[in-house]
Amino acid sequence: MKSLLAFMKKDWKEQLRSAKFFVLLGVFVLLGIMNPAVAKLTPWLMDMLSETLAESGMTVTAVTVSAMDSWVQFFKNIPMGLMVLIILESSIFTKEYRSGTLVLALTKGLERWKVLASKTLVLFVLWTLYYWLCFGITYGINGYFWDNSVACNLGFSVMCWWLAGLLTVMLMVFFSAVAKSNIVVLAGTGGAFLVIYLLSLLPKVGKYSPAELMNSTPLLVGAADTGAYTAAIIISLALCVLCFALSIPILNKKQI
Amino acid sequence: MLQIEKLEKSFGDKEVLKGLTMTVPEHSVFGFIGKNGAGKTTAMKTVLGLHKADGGEIFVAGEKAVYGQTATNRHIGYLPDVPEFYSFMTAPEYLSFCGEITGMERTELKARSGELLELVGLSSEKHRIKGFSRGMKQRLGIAQALLSRPKLLICDEPTSALDPVGRKEILDILSAVRDETTVLFSTHILSDVERICTDIAFLNNGVADLQGKLSEIKSKYRSEEYLLETENEGDLQILLQSFSDMRKTGVNKLSFRESENTFFDVLSFVAQRKIPLLKAERVEPTLESLFMEVVEK
Repeated sequence: MKSLLAFMKKDWKEQLRSAKFFVLLGVFVLLGIMNPAVAKLTPWLMDMLSETLAESGMTVTAVTVSAMDSWVQFFKNIPMGLMVLIILESSIFTKEYRSGTLVLALTKGLERWKVLASKTLVLFVLWTLYYWLCFGITYGINGYFWDNSVACNLGFSVMCWWLAGLLTVMLMVFFSAVAKSNIVVLAGTGGAFLVIYLLSLLPKVGKYSPAELMNSTPLLVGAADTGAYTAAIIISLALCVLCFALSIPILNKKQI
Repeated sequence: MLQIEKLEKSFGDKEVLKGLTMTVPEHSVFGFIGKNGAGKTTAMKTVLGLHKADGGEIFVAGEKAVYGQTATNRHIGYLPDVPEFYSFMTAPEYLSFCGEITGMERTELKARSGELLELVGLSSEKHRIKGFSRGMKQRLGIAQALLSRPKLLICDEPTSALDPVGRKEILDILSAVRDETTVLFSTHILSDVERICTDIAFLNNGVADLQGKLSEIKSKYRSEEYLLETENEGDLQILLQSFSDMRKTGVNKLSFRESENTFFDVLSFVAQRKIPLLKAERVEPTLESLFMEVVEK
């Protein structure tokens, strides 16, 4: 237990002392502010453009925005945050394989699953922290300007998206146990996600696909029932656990 | 302390170790000598459980070492050829990280890391490892390897990448720790071996061609080679013509072996002809000549 704590302490120190932690913090804070800002600026933008549009025969009537526009922006922008997180953290394992820093720790008797557990926890905490921070900022600003209650199932839809993001992070953990270079990790994570996304387009299996969790608009406008997401939620949770469970024996057998 | 028996390992169709058998006695400074690519690193990594052996057995302090998670690693301190540390830490931070991983007591860890940083000359270093030179990293590497008082210290080419000053520092540290541990280090720098080793093994073609106490090996292989230096080329030619197996080795220099022409025969010949000699010398074997002999065999 002591060695797990020691490795976790090291992993956190690494996050905090490298610029990564703060770059990601900046990205997610910025996204959180941008969502309501874009919504707030839309009428003004339309107003600016109305003359040019009028010339081409379009008339712009007064645009009214609500918290809904901001939440639509939130779900449109959060994938960008997730992508930056995945790209910046894709070397969290591979850097240690490549540089050989892990060899010294392992030859000192550190069990390999502890490396996996520590890094998975770092990624879990980072994603959760940044995601909810971004949500919190958007929620606060929305509440100040408009009324958040216009969005139906808001809590449920952000939970769903968080889970889908977590699955992406866990896929990255799995590919980090398999591969030695972070390019392969990124390709694997992206590829696996693409498969999940493509499956969600198929009519019959679509509702089981974790990618369905990212489809928040029907929930927000109240066109979809939360019960329809149960299967996708269970499958996502199961895949998260599976990714971790498979990574343990793979990492144990890995030649480092 | 370490016993390797008939160790075999190949990568693909390349056989690196072909039945390596080797014994490292306790409290020795053991020089593991071989050309680049001879398999020194492979052998060491197999001892540490980082490579899977294709055959043979390894015993560390009497316990069998296995691939992967091996309990024998608690006896071993390891210094890789190019040690890499977490560059965002300082040297004391890194040592306390290592100590916590091995489960050392906090007070003991603090005392021990202070002591070791003193030994390797890094106690006043406040910078992060990022800014360390190669020599400093190598010294920190020794400190981390010795942290938990291992019975066996394995160093993979600890001096290869260093300048003469850095090399001397490392060698001094290695010979200083001999009292508390056994040192096994691989190298291809023979002067390092002659400086500090008590025992050696030559790794060649996947087996240990020659091993034992350095002093014994040297006396056993005490060559029967003699060197003569004459004043001029004419005298040299007379000698070369009179003794069939003499070889010219330089300007006015020649060498021969005791087995071919006895030294006294040659001397009496020289005395008879009154050939002036500048030098007559029995050649001391160097590790280099031994090494070349082993490698060329």
